[in-house]
Amino acid sequence: MDKWTAQIEAYVDGELSSAEMKEMDAHLRTCSACVADVLQQVQFKRALQSAGRRYTPSADFRQKVRQSIAARPRRSFARYWLPATAVVLVLFAGTVALSIREQRLALQNTYSELADLHVTALASPNPVDVVSSDRHTVKPWFEGKIPFVFNLPELQNPDIVLVGGRVAYLGQAPGAELIYLIRKHQVSVFIFQERAVGPLPESDSTMQRQQETFNFRSWSQNGLHYFVIGGVAGGDLSKIADLFRNAGRL
Amino acid sequence: MPLFDQLYNFACWLTKDRTEAEDLVQETYVKALRGFTSFQSGTNFRAWIYRILRNTFLTSRTGLKATAMVPLDAEDADELPAGPETPETVFISNSEHQLLQEALEALPIHFREILLLCETEEMSYQEISETLSIPIGTVMSRLSRARKALRETLQPKLARAPHG
Repeated sequence: MDKWTAQIEAYVDGELSSAEMKEMDAHLRTCSACVADVLQQVQFKRALQSAGRRYTPSADFRQKVRQSIAARPRRSFARYWLPATAVVLVLFAGTVALSIREQRLALQNTYSELADLHVTALASPNPVDVVSSDRHTVKPWFEGKIPFVFNLPELQNPDIVLVGGRVAYLGQAPGAELIYLIRKHQVSVFIFQERAVGPLPESDSTMQRQQETFNFRSWSQNGLHYFVIGGVAGGDLSKIADLFRNAGRL
Repeated sequence: MPLFDQLYNFACWLTKDRTEAEDLVQETYVKALRGFTSFQSGTNFRAWIYRILRNTFLTSRTGLKATAMVPLDAEDADELPAGPETPETVFISNSEHQLLQEALEALPIHFREILLLCETEEMSYQEISETLSIPIGTVMSRLSRARKALRETLQPKLARAPHG
């Protein structure tokens, strides 16, 4: 394939630099084969552009989504809080306070996203994609689906039951979500690669959101970041966290 | 609601099911509202919300099933985009619109989505790279392969179609 053929797609997509674009324009004045290619690809692009616009939402659905958004408590403070924080961060750049604040903020955002994933699992009739209480079934299921491996603890406490697992995304990073029942309360354990989620401090905390209270445990071990979240007492979460900490040492 | 029609259209192409697409769009807006703090001003809003929709789809039952069938690694080696390798050209008239939609629907999910983002949503390579979380080199090579696959799917259909 010559240089020109290789550049035709980027040319048609308008992705060449202006110098390359000029060069290609000049070449096209002398090469009928490339002109034919360009014309064909432009036509293909146009056809695809209109063929791709196939589905239109119904008025009912549009109304439904609008209402569901309007019904949610507005967190308008978030809109102003973010730029305000940015200004504060610039003013105090370089101070120790900055790094602590940044870490806390990252942790809060992460917790908020994980709480959403946990609530989705709670609300779903099929919260897991691999349904099994056997860790030897659940762990291999994740192989090839996420870019790391982890150890699942052996459960000896009859109060804690493994329900299954699914792939979860935090930001853009894929990870594992394991769902446990502890005295019939659902608890999610999330495992992500530390380098994918960034450095986060080890933390035991509680998050109050609407009518729900979630307890969190989080820590890093062997390059992985673990988060345990659930609406159960902190002591119960610590039990699951300890099981994972011990399994991670193996 | 920003990008509502476009997100719905993209969701239908991903799920191939209007009810599932509606659930996906609704969940995307709820997540986008909840996670607005994670949106950093100055970054691309369109790529951000499409990424939420796509990640939500990928973790759904249908999404996992669709992606499980196609190994991504094999075709993701970065290389220069390949031009049309066959001398046959594919010319498409308006009456062949439906054939094109069928061919697009038959493509593996990662080809279908990148073609829709580039051609229908008219995203730049940079926006596609942010939406799909892949490097620009991979955007170019995947796009090129997707176009080739679409042409190959389309050619026998066009050959069978009555002309007139």
